[in-house]
Amino acid sequence: MSRASLILALTALVALALLPFYAGEYFINLASQILIAAIFASSLNLLVGYGGLTSLGHAAFVGVSAYVFAWLTTHAGAGPAVAAAAALVGATIVACVFGLVALRATGLGFLMITLAFSQILWGLAYRWASVTNGDNGISGIPRFSPFGLSLDGAAAFYWFTLALCVIAFAAIAAFASSAFGAALRGTRDEPRRMAALGHDVRLIRWITFVYAGFWAGVAGLLYVNYNKFIHPSAMSITNSAEGLLAVIAGGSGTLAGPIVGATLIMLLKNYVSAYVERWNMLLGFVFVAIVLIAPDGVIPGLRRAAARIRGGRK
Amino acid sequence: MQFWIIQFLNSLALGGLLFLLSSGFSLIFGLMRLANLTHGAFFMVGAYIGASLLRQRVVGMDLWLAALLAGIALAALGGLLERLVLRRLAGNSLGQVLVTLGVAFILSDACLLVWGGDPIPVPTPRALARPIFFAGLAFPTYRLVVIVVSVVVAVGLHALLERTRIGAMIRAGVDDMPIARAVGIRVSRLFTAVFCLGAGLAGAAGVLGGPIFSAYPGLDADMLPLALIVVILGGVGSLAGAFVGSFIIGAIYTFGSTLFPDLAYFILFLPMIVVIAYRPEGLFGRIAA
Amino acid sequence: MKMNRRDLVQGVAASAIGALAPAAARAEDGGPIRIGLLTVKTGPLASGGIDMERALQMFLKERGDQLAGRKIDLIVADTGGVPATARTKTQELVERNNVHCLIGPLAAFEALAIDDYIRQAQVPTLSVAAAEDMTQRHPNPWFVRATSTSAQCAHPMADYCARELKYKRMITIADDIAYGHEMCAGFQRVFEENGGKIIQKLFPPLTAPDYGAFVADLKTDADAIFLGFAGSNGFRFLRQFVEYGLKDKIQPVGGMTALDESVLRNMGDEALGIVTSCWYSAELQNPINQKFAPAFRKQFGYDPGFYAAATYVEGAVLEAALKTIGGKAEDKPAFMKALRDVKVDTARGPVSFDAYGNVVGNVYIRKVERKDGRLVNSIIKTYPDVSQFWTYDPKQFLANPVYSRTWPPAGNLEK
Repeated sequence: MSRASLILALTALVALALLPFYAGEYFINLASQILIAAIFASSLNLLVGYGGLTSLGHAAFVGVSAYVFAWLTTHAGAGPAVAAAAALVGATIVACVFGLVALRATGLGFLMITLAFSQILWGLAYRWASVTNGDNGISGIPRFSPFGLSLDGAAAFYWFTLALCVIAFAAIAAFASSAFGAALRGTRDEPRRMAALGHDVRLIRWITFVYAGFWAGVAGLLYVNYNKFIHPSAMSITNSAEGLLAVIAGGSGTLAGPIVGATLIMLLKNYVSAYVERWNMLLGFVFVAIVLIAPDGVIPGLRRAAARIRGGRK
Repeated sequence: MQFWIIQFLNSLALGGLLFLLSSGFSLIFGLMRLANLTHGAFFMVGAYIGASLLRQRVVGMDLWLAALLAGIALAALGGLLERLVLRRLAGNSLGQVLVTLGVAFILSDACLLVWGGDPIPVPTPRALARPIFFAGLAFPTYRLVVIVVSVVVAVGLHALLERTRIGAMIRAGVDDMPIARAVGIRVSRLFTAVFCLGAGLAGAAGVLGGPIFSAYPGLDADMLPLALIVVILGGVGSLAGAFVGSFIIGAIYTFGSTLFPDLAYFILFLPMIVVIAYRPEGLFGRIAA
Repeated sequence: MKMNRRDLVQGVAASAIGALAPAAARAEDGGPIRIGLLTVKTGPLASGGIDMERALQMFLKERGDQLAGRKIDLIVADTGGVPATARTKTQELVERNNVHCLIGPLAAFEALAIDDYIRQAQVPTLSVAAAEDMTQRHPNPWFVRATSTSAQCAHPMADYCARELKYKRMITIADDIAYGHEMCAGFQRVFEENGGKIIQKLFPPLTAPDYGAFVADLKTDADAIFLGFAGSNGFRFLRQFVEYGLKDKIQPVGGMTALDESVLRNMGDEALGIVTSCWYSAELQNPINQKFAPAFRKQFGYDPGFYAAATYVEGAVLEAALKTIGGKAEDKPAFMKALRDVKVDTARGPVSFDAYGNVVGNVYIRKVERKDGRLVNSIIKTYPDVSQFWTYDPKQFLANPVYSRTWPPAGNLEK
């Protein structure tokens, strides 16, 4: 990370941390949702951007984690801490299993097989009503209270989410910039050469898949704690696609890209939609415009623009 | 016995419609390596155009003409999309995902704006509206016609690919793009032509499926996964694969939803997972998806 | 209480006095009353959602955007039919727009997604969604529902099928969602208690584009089939049902949304003669609806149906409650009590509420006929003052599990 972007990131973090002091409750809640979407998109970015594996089923892990937490707290009488741990373990185990099969494919095949897995879980959430309560969803879910701190207030929940978000981004950034991350990029760009060099391409991809699934599980945990309600739609194609679109629009394979993309989509969907009736169409046009102006996403586009300006000054 | 005969015919009719929908998707992917996620929206727009054309009671308008006109309209729309946007994104598969989904959002919201949220029927041709009776069974005549039409279209597409110059160029492009370029095939025009063909097929399929599905918001999202499943199962870029895949999926959907109603939500995905995991190129494909 | 001329005069007088009195005397903050409408304007559920907005705006416009002497600000939010978005939009309406009450949402899962938030924020909510337990086993003290629960109209329909139409063996089919399960369960219970048998129960997935396989699987020796669909699905099912030549063999009848006016206008002769039950019909001949339905038709070119009537009726309930409390929407407990105590004549007929906040009102048995060239739901019988508990004792009713796919158990299914 360059010094300029480090300063930028720190300033942004301070501004974000102070948000509850200058924004109303609605905006605090909106910000929490954006942060959750950003964690989700960033975890997906590990696969899409660094691994070259386009998944259209990543919301499945959000759903698994959320449902495990919801079921344990409402039906099994488990405490939120135990339920949270179990939720993350659940999402990770599901990722382990799915990864074994899904990674037999790449490209469109991988996209379809991840879609298939998430649709199967979505169908299960609808149909296995004795556990998931089907289409009615599970409601009355309590929020967890880490270290005895209540997260029922908008600001408290936001700060907690922000803290987890920082940890998540740091963990994802560390993963991406590590030697392992370099190997992962190698499997994306030159899978045959990597295999020839003695790397186990499938294993590298599998570890990434599981790691990405874990962080999606974290997003799912925050999602269910924020909404206090879970419904099969959390695992829908739409949600998976939204995450994917956030990654691509913001700039896949960059750390900031998924955050920018997720912010953009959440703002359009939840905020701009109050003013623009045809917000779905607007969202479509924004995507097309991004591709036409910056084919590899907003962040890479901005970097090029910045470089051009600097170059122009010289 | 009755059950099996009727459901067998049902699965053939659904398979026929799936073939009309997915053949275009398969051709586009095979040649351009482009997963056109707008395909479901093309199908839906086709259905709406067909519904509008047929409700205006224009003299001489019938389902077949409407399908042709909708096909032409969607081919034009597809051509524009390819020329103006997609060609800048050759090799940028993520950009393609973003743009084709973006256009799908735009089209589906535009349909809601133009046609409203209520379902609109595409009338069945009068001569085919009554069910046909044989051996004590009743079966919708139109569905039988759909089976025939899909076979005719399959034969026509096969002839186009195997017997014509453009077909030879498409096959060359599917098999080996660099060589195709090297031998002087103008790949750029070929891409536009194939994209128009695929979009047009989807639009016409929307009209032909109309008497069964009707036009309604959400039709796009219901159809796109089906097209993807068929193509993955059959093998991308393979016409025969799309054909066989369509009828397999038609049969699994039909028999599955009546024999194993509890599995209704996943029964289509299970065979696909097996195929991808153990035969990534699909049943008939030569290239891995 | 029926609204007679004296009440009307009193009401007008009260609001006139209210209008003359200083703003501060009328209500603490004196500004307009802000109503949030949670509806769906994009995606597959948009058809009903758009009608909800249109009818409510019509209702307010007819009153010069004033209720109980105070100006009304309507803020419309599009949930897209997604539970998580419904929650965000509810928060936006409550926290940003400071609405005094909510109308909506449309779908049951949206209502369930905002249930705990409504309780916590204590927002009076006039719900359109039909989820049974919101006014039964887990009643929300901030809810009133002037439309119906999923099964509220299915009970009388089953009664009508068993007693008047003398059906013995029936099939039920509905979308595989809670709304469909609850409606078919209520139908089954009353039908079987009146000597009928449900011999086949089908729940096609919500996203099934083709019902051919289900249609071909129907038991053709049944007397009739009950359609519990909503939205475009009933429309498509019925077309495919006719396509297979089954209409001559099995008589279709329907629940409250299967042949809604919004679907009917795109249908043909295949719909003629089908009997359905609902708490509304555009054909209702009461003074309020005789003005509303033609006015709506004139403005938008089609008959109002379930969703349009829903917000128009909720509007009337809201107005009556606001009048009782002199427009003081800020006093939430009083506002809520007034809402639950409402007795008012509306476009659907007289409306009052039970102890759980759910409507007690007429349910109409309707038959599709052609009138002036268009298809309408003509009323053939009225079940007056139907409660969500039908004729059962509420305590006993609530001691049972909520209606679902599996309850009441279907003991008469034939292989």
